[in-house]
Amino acid sequence: MVQSVRQMGALMQKEFLLEWRQRYALNGMVLYIVGAVFVCYLSFNARRGQLTPIVWNTLFWIILLFTAINAIAKSFVQERPGRQLYYYTLVSPQQIILSKIAYNTVLMLVLTLLGFATYSFVLGTPVQDLPLYVLTLVLGAVGFAASLTLVSGIASKAENPATLMAVLSFPIILPLLLMLLKLSKNALDGLDRGESVNEIGTVLAIDAIVLTLSWLLFPFLWRS
Amino acid sequence: MKTYWWKALGVLILTYVVLQGLLGVVPRQPILNESIRNVYFHVPLWFGMIILLLTSCIYSIRYLRSGRIDDDLVAVEFANTAILFGLLGCLTGSLWANFTWGEPWPNDPKLNSVAVGMLMYFAYLILRGSFDDEQRRARISAVYNIFAFAVFIPLIFIVPRLTDSLHPGNGGNPAFGQYDMDSHMRMVFYPAVIGFTLLGVWITELRVRMRRIRAVLEN
Repeated sequence: MVQSVRQMGALMQKEFLLEWRQRYALNGMVLYIVGAVFVCYLSFNARRGQLTPIVWNTLFWIILLFTAINAIAKSFVQERPGRQLYYYTLVSPQQIILSKIAYNTVLMLVLTLLGFATYSFVLGTPVQDLPLYVLTLVLGAVGFAASLTLVSGIASKAENPATLMAVLSFPIILPLLLMLLKLSKNALDGLDRGESVNEIGTVLAIDAIVLTLSWLLFPFLWRS
Repeated sequence: MKTYWWKALGVLILTYVVLQGLLGVVPRQPILNESIRNVYFHVPLWFGMIILLLTSCIYSIRYLRSGRIDDDLVAVEFANTAILFGLLGCLTGSLWANFTWGEPWPNDPKLNSVAVGMLMYFAYLILRGSFDDEQRRARISAVYNIFAFAVFIPLIFIVPRLTDSLHPGNGGNPAFGQYDMDSHMRMVFYPAVIGFTLLGVWITELRVRMRRIRAVLEN
């Protein structure tokens, strides 16, 4: 158990090191979300606080969705197949998928919070219950990372990963996205927190389902 | 002969359902009027689809456990038949919605969820198309099939119930069984579910046999 945790720590460290050495990919993602936010801001030609809360919220989640798909799509194509084979001789597949998910979660958290900061800086923020909104962002980052990591693993085995990644992940991510939209709308309107307990429960349940499935199914995926 | 009894049963049940659906006595409800007969066709098609998808998922799990290519073949054919049932369910549903709700595709969470579910299974077919190697295709699409089914269930059973829906049984409405189906309708409805499922299994069986023969011929 202790050894397995240590191995996962080493794998995560490897992911961070890899990302840090190829800084262009990380910088690319950061620029992607900031650029997307700015494009939306200029396209709507909106002054601060002019978008209605619903449009504001939906727009932000759609930007996040595209950022997540782009950021996570590369999690299995970054390294050469030979090196992946080497990892598989060293550790179990479950450790690999869990460390990838954990790493993608951290990446998504950074990107999400950065995106939120930029978004509310240029477009203003109508959020009334900020802690709940940030909690929604965190839940969203975890959920996106968990469900998209396995999909990116599936897509990376196919002929044209980029298209397939989008086609496979849009319907898969939708239940999660709808629940997140509802939850963040509650936070936006500053509803009583008791109203949101159901949604938080559902989002956590979907996260749990997706995590368990990734854990169970990934060993079959890497063998091919 | 012994193995064919369920086909005869399916034919018998569906004949009974069609006759009852067109000629049987139904309770008269406001707004619904005679369109309540669609309960015998629209709803069993969806029930059948979910049962077929569950079977497809079970065969995918079996494939991953055993590695027999035949299980994957059965899984994809069950998914194909389920998609056919889904399309028919959409068709009968929009016919019904046109008369009772005023438009063929009202903006209803259950409809949208099901549309997304169908997209998920179309993506499954596209994923299958993008591999050349048989074993690789079978393994990866089995993984996706299980994943998709696990997301499909919250999508059609949980999300619509949390929002307001026109369908009975959602958004706090009582389910149809509680108030507008009398015991006579139940006598037709439950057999209809079984009948349509048997029909789906029959279609799947024919297609699986066709594929097996084709595989043998190619070798």
